[in-house]
Amino acid sequence: MGANAVPVTERQIPLTFGTPIDLSEYDVPGRGRGVLDVFRRGYLLRLLVRKGTATRYRNSVLGWLWSYVKPLSQFLIYYFVMGVILKLDRNIENFPIYLFSGVVAVNLFNEAFGNATTSIVDNRALVKKIYLPRELFPVASTIIAFIHFLPQVAILLLVCLLVGWTPSLVGIAGILLAVAIVLLFALGLGIFFSALNVRFRDAQNFVDLIKMFSTWTSPVLYSWVLVQEALENHSWLFTVYTWNPLTVAVELFHQGFWAGTTQPPAPGEVDPSILPGFGVALAVALIICLVVLLIGQLTFRRFERSFAQDL
Amino acid sequence: MSQILSQTVAPPSIVVDHVSKRFLKRNSHSFKEAFVGWIRGKKVRADKFTALDDISFQVGEGESVAIMGLNGSGKSTTLKLISGVLEPDSGRVLTRGRVAGLIEVGAGFHPELSGRENVYLNAAILGMSKDEIDERFDEIVAFSEIGEFIDQEVKHYSSGMFMRLAFSVAIHVELDILLVDEVLSVGDAPFRAKCSAKIKELTSRGVTMLVVSHNTNMVKDLCQRGVVIKKGKKIFDGPIDEAVEALGV
Repeated sequence: MGANAVPVTERQIPLTFGTPIDLSEYDVPGRGRGVLDVFRRGYLLRLLVRKGTATRYRNSVLGWLWSYVKPLSQFLIYYFVMGVILKLDRNIENFPIYLFSGVVAVNLFNEAFGNATTSIVDNRALVKKIYLPRELFPVASTIIAFIHFLPQVAILLLVCLLVGWTPSLVGIAGILLAVAIVLLFALGLGIFFSALNVRFRDAQNFVDLIKMFSTWTSPVLYSWVLVQEALENHSWLFTVYTWNPLTVAVELFHQGFWAGTTQPPAPGEVDPSILPGFGVALAVALIICLVVLLIGQLTFRRFERSFAQDL
Repeated sequence: MSQILSQTVAPPSIVVDHVSKRFLKRNSHSFKEAFVGWIRGKKVRADKFTALDDISFQVGEGESVAIMGLNGSGKSTTLKLISGVLEPDSGRVLTRGRVAGLIEVGAGFHPELSGRENVYLNAAILGMSKDEIDERFDEIVAFSEIGEFIDQEVKHYSSGMFMRLAFSVAIHVELDILLVDEVLSVGDAPFRAKCSAKIKELTSRGVTMLVVSHNTNMVKDLCQRGVVIKKGKKIFDGPIDEAVEALGV
């Protein structure tokens, strides 16, 4: 039979047969609106996040304690090496708080970025079988990372309060802004690499490299003052350093948590809590985050068409 | 966009219009391979393999149609194009209303979560809202015959229990188009009979159904019409009995 063969059962009463179809009533399966679709499936997103947090420490004895143990041991080793052996402790007042507030910010980035990158491959069973807005997976991973960041902030707050912390409204707004910057940046990069990771699993290893760099290319373990001194003859390089969204976020964390526990600097001295050209750096960082998110989304859309084939 | 003429009695729910799908047989699977291949002037992209070649058919509202063919003929690809998991390389696929697939039942199940949590998760994946799930939850559990085990972790379920629950969720989704891919081999004979009855009830309510199966008895039982695909080309479209003959098995 030819392509227009009409089955016997349908020849009887041709109600619509042969009439043009009103295309406006139809959907094209598999076409979404990208990240925006995620919010239309809010309930599913909530369930995915709950699943991620609920199953993370299943079958482990320490369970959620791991969310405290990991950053604390990381903090101890950094403190021992950077503070005690390399003696950065002497130049920076309340160095442990300085260190920990930076570590917490970078951990949030690494966790969100790493999880988002593997999210599509990890959910291959679903991606291959059922159409969903696939951006759900990186977004859910980013939110899960944020939830695991909260216990670390709790420790940080506790320590700050014990040491004697005078919080300021601007500082707290800065912290919230920093969290937004870190999450946006991680999500943008994560969406980009999660799509790439489907076809090229190298992406995962490349992301591990970026995660390793993230701790060292922002003022987490040291003060930006040292970087400025070292790059004295290449001031443009220092400017680039300050534009790193992570540098901006870490500095906002320092401003919010650490600066509130230190004495104001003597007149004429460099205030180590204020990064030079911070206003510009903040604006550039925000633009970088949005551009990265846009590029990530566009790349994702392009690669998405072949996800089911490549997984 | 050109006009498409209706080929079915009732307004079509699924329109597959001159659809072709080619798969890539990739020659490189890493940055390194791609790069080395590029340096050596080899083909980096991929070779093409035509899975579906200019397929057209329509399924009218409330109709149940079987897609038949041997292994590798392109049946599942067709279903994936309609569900939106894959996109056609050329041609158009259009659907009207809510599409839900009994494709690989249980794909969204997490072994560490309880049956209850999995029902909510899977139903949400299939597109239901919280209120809809709340409303149908008891019905879903009753149909699955899981009973008191609903609050157990799914990893402790027997494979039959697992499939029954997964199937039960999928069948209770509010839908207009149901896609079924080789899943009715679920469970024991009584449960299979119950599933067939449920599917017939859905089609009698005007749900459009598209089935992919090798089981000719089941297909004859559930569908009135069959589309036979051979090596990516449609070779027959007509009454189910003739379609089964055209399949030539």
